[in-house]
Amino acid sequence: MSSKPSMHHSSATKGFVETDNTEQPIGGRAPLVLNMHRFGEVTHQVCRVAESKPPLAWYVAFVICLGMLGFLGVCVNYLIFTGVGVWGLNNPVMWAYDITNFVFWVGIGHAGTLISAILFLFRQKWRTGINRFAEAMTIFAVICAGLFPGIHVGRVWLAYWLFPLPNSMEMWPQFRSPLLWDVFAVSTYFTVSLVFWYIGMVPDLATLRDRAKGKFQQFAYGLAAIGWRGSMRHWHRYEVAYLLLAALATPLVLSVHSVVSFDFAVSQVPGWHTTIFPPYFVAGAIFSGFAMVVSLAVPARELFGLKDLITLRHLDNMNKIILLTGCMVGYAYSMEFFIAWYSGAMYEKFAFVNRAFGQYWWAYWIMVSCNVITPQLFWFKKVRTSIPLMFILSIFVNVGMWFERFVIIVTSLANDFLPTSWDQFVPTWVDIGTMVGAFGLFGVLFLLFCRYLPMIAIAEVKAVMPEADPHPHAHGAHAHHGGSQEGHGVPSGAMPAFRDPRSSEGQP
Amino acid sequence: MSTLTAPKVDAPSMAPTSAPYGLMAEFRTPAEIMEAAQRVRAAGYRYWDCHVPFPVHGLDKAMGVQRTILPVLVFGAGATGAVVGFCLQAFTNAASFSVWALVWVTGYPFLISGKPLMSVPAWIPVIFELTILLSALSTAGLMLLMNNLPRLSHPLLANNRFRRATDDRFFVVIEARDPKFLRSKTEAFLKSLGASHVEVVEDR
Repeated sequence: MSSKPSMHHSSATKGFVETDNTEQPIGGRAPLVLNMHRFGEVTHQVCRVAESKPPLAWYVAFVICLGMLGFLGVCVNYLIFTGVGVWGLNNPVMWAYDITNFVFWVGIGHAGTLISAILFLFRQKWRTGINRFAEAMTIFAVICAGLFPGIHVGRVWLAYWLFPLPNSMEMWPQFRSPLLWDVFAVSTYFTVSLVFWYIGMVPDLATLRDRAKGKFQQFAYGLAAIGWRGSMRHWHRYEVAYLLLAALATPLVLSVHSVVSFDFAVSQVPGWHTTIFPPYFVAGAIFSGFAMVVSLAVPARELFGLKDLITLRHLDNMNKIILLTGCMVGYAYSMEFFIAWYSGAMYEKFAFVNRAFGQYWWAYWIMVSCNVITPQLFWFKKVRTSIPLMFILSIFVNVGMWFERFVIIVTSLANDFLPTSWDQFVPTWVDIGTMVGAFGLFGVLFLLFCRYLPMIAIAEVKAVMPEADPHPHAHGAHAHHGGSQEGHGVPSGAMPAFRDPRSSEGQP
Repeated sequence: MSTLTAPKVDAPSMAPTSAPYGLMAEFRTPAEIMEAAQRVRAAGYRYWDCHVPFPVHGLDKAMGVQRTILPVLVFGAGATGAVVGFCLQAFTNAASFSVWALVWVTGYPFLISGKPLMSVPAWIPVIFELTILLSALSTAGLMLLMNNLPRLSHPLLANNRFRRATDDRFFVVIEARDPKFLRSKTEAFLKSLGASHVEVVEDR
């Protein structure tokens, strides 16, 4: 992060003090865009990231991620050509790193749609600064997630059997199985997130098209922008469509991790067979997803000089959500233990005691300390608004959430009903390589996104600036006659207001 | 910042060669375009539009844009998704007849641990996902279709000044095919709205 050559921006200079816009002024709104009052400045701030050469740190990160991605290719090919035996799986522990990584990545993928859909429905305007790259993160995380069940099926070339496709054996998938629900949930989630992301990006791709200097850039961005001209008649349908997509994605995002949790909860393995799983998984997913957004936003705003758009207020808000969902996760952990005791089921009771004090005790306590204790520090505003601290804590949360999935999956399987079949799971180098490689895949996709696409929703940020208000002086008038709707439009059929005579004529 | 200055305008393109696409007026603030839109609408033009870098709140109402029927269509698509989801599972897991779905396919009654063939509660997740999938895809697809997008060439996109419509300028465009369009009169009218610049858009 030491080198920022051409990307340099005034706010990123040495000795820069973060502007604290976390306090809401009385009777007003804390600004979401700092130091900028003209729309062109926002355009320039975001577009120059895609238009100029990235800083050295980008190249370094890209090469590292590319190397990890290459290693992923090695591991996956070795697995396909040899068989799933190259993983450390054994008879009771038939799911381990693969499914842990799958659930981990799907969980990461929840923050993007939460920010873009749920916060949109709740009219949380601060989402505009972070939604674009959180959505991108979602899509790349789901790609990483999809990789694992894909290669886990063993005979990868038959992976299409997951889908109900006509075949010469006249066989069909078993629709009562949660594993099949998972196929539908994750693929629907990926498709809808991709559509949501792309539709949201079209106006900004048009901005990049209209600013592009080179022939190739004009052509590529022009193709991607599909002829968007900012027509208000288009915007009207676009806004309705965006609202509909948000309304559709909201139940979807809550359903996806619920369905993932059914993979476990519908089975009869002690430690998995609990009704708390769906809400607990969803809370955990949002928890880990927001932590990942913070882990990415902190270096990205530093590196690309986006501190005026991703402000301290955005980060503070995200940390509050991490705190909230962290408390939910902590509650779920304790409730699981309580129910295991209260149910009186000996297998259930054993499974939970074994988690905390059995052969995987260390994994359990890493999980508890990272997921339950760490987020509690966000009660302090000093911590919530300290860039280095929030970065470190968000990494802790990511680690903790990976271990949560490991603990749930592996401890429950390794010590199930019959002690004679108990075993231990030890990862092989292929297990670890695939896990590390998935981060490389994620990193490569994310870095390419930062380099070539609008990282921040330009049009949406402009729309939440105070300058975007078409009635800059009408607020007092609104407060008086209350009928703000009338002030906006023209009464149908009647003579329209030219210079808004109503305000001078003193309509009640 | 030097990049904030307006792009250069092709001066020769002002010379009328063929029938123009229309007239374009440039404004600088949301408040200006709002007022201009109200007056263009009041003047009785039909084929005209505002081009703005972000949706200006209330501008569609000021222009008299009718509310789109998109949500109704999406509801239909969602209902279709639910029916498809139910039929897919009922057919593949609980029926034994053949239907033609691009190829002839036969259902396969799946009897697993004595559970009923029509296990409707267990089908809900897939029904739900297909409802969402079809609704979302049709939301995006129909929105683009109704907007006549994708469209890779347009007279406005060939205009250099119009490039700032996606940046920081607000345009009113009145098309030449409008029955009230008279080049000199419309141009004077647009100037009277307080436009910072009025220009002919060639049809190419």
